[in-house]
Amino acid sequence: MTTAPKFDQVKVGDEIKPIVLPPISRHQLALYCGGSGDHNPIHVDIDFAKKFGFKDVFAHGMLSMAFLGRIVTSWVPQSQVRVLGTRFTSITWVGDVITVSGKVTGKREEGGQKLVDLEVKCTNQNGQDTLQGNATVALN
Amino acid sequence: MQLDKKLVGHTFKAFTTTVEAGKIRLFCKAIGEENPIYVDEEAAKKAGYRAIPAPPTYLTAVTNDDPDKGGLLRLLNVDIGLILHGEQHYEYLAPVHVGDKITCQQKVVDIYDKKGGALWFVASETELKDQAGKLVAKAKGITVVRNPDAAKK
Repeated sequence: MTTAPKFDQVKVGDEIKPIVLPPISRHQLALYCGGSGDHNPIHVDIDFAKKFGFKDVFAHGMLSMAFLGRIVTSWVPQSQVRVLGTRFTSITWVGDVITVSGKVTGKREEGGQKLVDLEVKCTNQNGQDTLQGNATVALN
Repeated sequence: MQLDKKLVGHTFKAFTTTVEAGKIRLFCKAIGEENPIYVDEEAAKKAGYRAIPAPPTYLTAVTNDDPDKGGLLRLLNVDIGLILHGEQHYEYLAPVHVGDKITCQQKVVDIYDKKGGALWFVASETELKDQAGKLVAKAKGITVVRNPDAAKK
């Protein structure tokens, strides 16, 4: 069970413990195709991917966004997550090793809630960001 | 290829889907999420949830469960092999749990191009309401369409 940090103890610049993921596998993409209901063949069928100009299949953007969700809910219980958003900035290929990271970028009180803003990112083994995201969580 | 900007404002037919434990289990296996609250009702209740909660981005599985799947691409007349996901944003207003019946309503809110029409961007917003009619989440997505004609030039 995730225990949330206290609002007063959190500082801008605080970092969440990064998650280093196992390399993206074709099997994972197949599971995510079924699990997410995103049946776009470009993620699981190499013949289809090649037909549309790609060298191979590549990960669903939303699979990587799920990793952003994982790092946020590793820090606070899901019931305290208010916002999660991202830009998909580059393609994640099979075999890529993704590190998920997050840090506090702001603190504010709004509508009776104590809110903390986070920057959350996925970065590949070459140091390139694949997702640049943000989250807002409510703390006590 | 050119997308029809007059499609901005188009509202898709709403649909309702039930949040299922087995689908959340498969989703969690796929994303490597191992927190027991997503698979074990007892663990979820112990953590303060009334049932197994849907993970934050599981809402994509909810909105993908449209019986009229692919409606946006048919509306735009775009092949699925040409699209990429540009952005996705969720605002969570109330928790979603196993057993909830969620009604999704998607609307096209913007269509624009960049790089002289080589890339087109389609922004859409989806409202998710629970069985009581309460708004539980808002989703905003940007779909990027690669213009096959631009690649030939």
